[in-house]
Amino acid sequence: MAVAESVDNFEINDYLRLEMMPHFLCPGCGHGIAMRALLWAVHELGIDKNKLAIVSGIGCSGRMGAYVDANTFHVTHGRPLAFATGLALARPDLEVVVITGDGDALAIGGNHLIHACRRNLRMTCLLLNNEVYGMTGGQVSPTTSENRLTTTTPAGNLEPVFDACKLAEAAGAGLVGREVTLQTPTLKDLIKEGLAYPGFAFIEVISDCTEIFGRKNDLGNSPEMILSQKKSMRPDSYGTVVDEPFRPNSLPTGVLARNDRPEYGETYRNFAKSKQGRAK
Amino acid sequence: MSNRTLPVNIQGNHACALGAVAAGCRFYAGYPITPSSEVAERMSAELPKVGGIFIQMEDEIGSMGAIIGASMGGSKVMTATSGPGFSLKQENIGYAAMTETPCVVVNVMRGGPSTGMPTRPAQGDVMQARWGTHGDHPAIVLVPSSVKEVFDETVRAFNLAETLRTPVILLIDEVVGHLVETIALPKASELDLVDRKWADGPKKGFQPFAVTDDMVPPMPRPGDGYRAHFTGLTHDESGFPTQKPEKVAQAVGRILDKLERHRDLIESYEALQTDDAELLVVAYGITGRSARKAVAMARDKGLKAGLLRPITLWPFPEAALKEATKNARHVLVPEMNAGQLCYEVERICGTERIARLNRFDGEAISPAHILEKIEELA
Ligand SMILES: Cc1ncc(C[n+]2csc(CCOP(=O)(O)OP(=O)(O)O)c2C)c(N)n1
Ligand code: SF4
Ligand SMILES: [Mg+2]
Repeated sequence: MAVAESVDNFEINDYLRLEMMPHFLCPGCGHGIAMRALLWAVHELGIDKNKLAIVSGIGCSGRMGAYVDANTFHVTHGRPLAFATGLALARPDLEVVVITGDGDALAIGGNHLIHACRRNLRMTCLLLNNEVYGMTGGQVSPTTSENRLTTTTPAGNLEPVFDACKLAEAAGAGLVGREVTLQTPTLKDLIKEGLAYPGFAFIEVISDCTEIFGRKNDLGNSPEMILSQKKSMRPDSYGTVVDEPFRPNSLPTGVLARNDRPEYGETYRNFAKSKQGRAK
Repeated sequence: MSNRTLPVNIQGNHACALGAVAAGCRFYAGYPITPSSEVAERMSAELPKVGGIFIQMEDEIGSMGAIIGASMGGSKVMTATSGPGFSLKQENIGYAAMTETPCVVVNVMRGGPSTGMPTRPAQGDVMQARWGTHGDHPAIVLVPSSVKEVFDETVRAFNLAETLRTPVILLIDEVVGHLVETIALPKASELDLVDRKWADGPKKGFQPFAVTDDMVPPMPRPGDGYRAHFTGLTHDESGFPTQKPEKVAQAVGRILDKLERHRDLIESYEALQTDDAELLVVAYGITGRSARKAVAMARDKGLKAGLLRPITLWPFPEAALKEATKNARHVLVPEMNAGQLCYEVERICGTERIARLNRFDGEAISPAHILEKIEELA
């Protein structure tokens, strides 16, 4: 650990609101690891905390923003991408990061996700996917694996799962990637790529709800759950995966799609400039 | 802006757009819906010319979210919609109230409930404008009755939103929204515009929701170094969530109090021949205009009628109503709904004197109809 710290010189406390500690996450919750990866990426890119704007939805994932020493906006359930769209358009000088959950982004907020991908406005969206509604006590979510037990699927989940990255790619996101919390440095690098990307970057983080989902399904303790991510990872590039409508059992990780095209904010500003020229 | 002094023929919805731009609105997000769409169409043409931003969002929930986000970024912002869209906006209107984020929400009312009558007028959203979002929340609701008043009240809506850091709702009915009238647009220099107070003091120990004398804390602008937190969770002065009863009572109490404290600034109404009025008509929006005519006709017939036309519906101009009903034996409340504002009037004047005139069939209430009722009561 000491070696790693001296190599990258990253001190997480520099990016946290320490007065907010202790945080509210359950011990071993994967969301904390995702948070560390984000702040590490922010550090390595030298992003000014004063320019960092974190917009988060409602859920355990959404609560993360409050712990970051930045401009933080904890908005309504499912809507962080809509709020971020306004903020990013009004303030292109800010580094806008959206933190959302699988329920937040894929159920109640699915429409905003589709259109945020389509617009390709510069921001980075981190979807912390723990396969469950953590905050409300463990109900089924659109990414809950088939047959899993949740508080609203007492006989196991009967609904099929969907693949958020495929959705994002189809909807036109500039950059689409996925990583697991087990690989924190790799996740950090992927988030860096997202933050540096001049368009809409969508990153799905495979996280774990250890306390509720883990217990309910006998998935072991937190380290066991995180280690089991190894089994479901697939390093193949996305392109080689046979097209399936729903999430395959093993997940491809890394950058899964790139669709480099004009960033919407710039397109609009150029259009507006042309109108101002004409008015004179 | 200098070419804006000539009289122009415009409809209410366009006057709303021009009023917004004149007031400094630089961000608009919306979703098309009859009979409000002309507001969006005009904004899409006007905003780029002044360096502003127009965006058509994927729905009204997103539109409301986007304007709040842009307002938090520092812009003056607006959205416009009608009944079904107004319903969808409610949750985020509450968020704006709770986070004290200035924004203007226009609802050009059409017949309801549900999809109702998209192209027909109504005044059915009076109570929703006051109580639409959940929880105890402040509400400022303005209701213009002419094209000129739409322009003026839109400007005022922005000023109130900025001064008090709160959402302001502009209720326009379909008749006023689509009414074309000749108005003289004021020069930019003639308008008194207000910008919200931005935080500019020390960053260390900054309390974004401090209790200030005017009950309106200065807003931290992202990028200025405050690194503040905004949340819809009940928060204390620091902006972070709290459940301590005394802090909760203080936080919610303050956002309600700040409107009470500034009633003088918010309240606006027209009082016509109320001094000796034995019969007072209380009417607003297009119905207020019909009532004005009806009162004049009644006076011609020797009936002592008067009119109180609230321009601010919420908070209701209570003192003005008490004053205007001093000598009144009857208080008539005509509304294009099944009876909504009449309850507020009853609360203030008691039920005995109240008479209602309601229409919710998609037709405006005519002066003759109101006169008939006045004569019946006299
Ligand atoms: C409009 C609305 N509906 C429902 C809720 C209740 N709610 C809070 S968090 C949540 C689900 C969160 O799940 P997810 O997005 O997966 O986040 P996690 O807690 O798992 O990180 C729900 C349904 C709410 N706050 N607002
Ligand atoms: S409930 Fe689940 S997702 Fe929420 S903090 Fe606990 S472990 Fe994490
Ligand atoms: Mg979840």
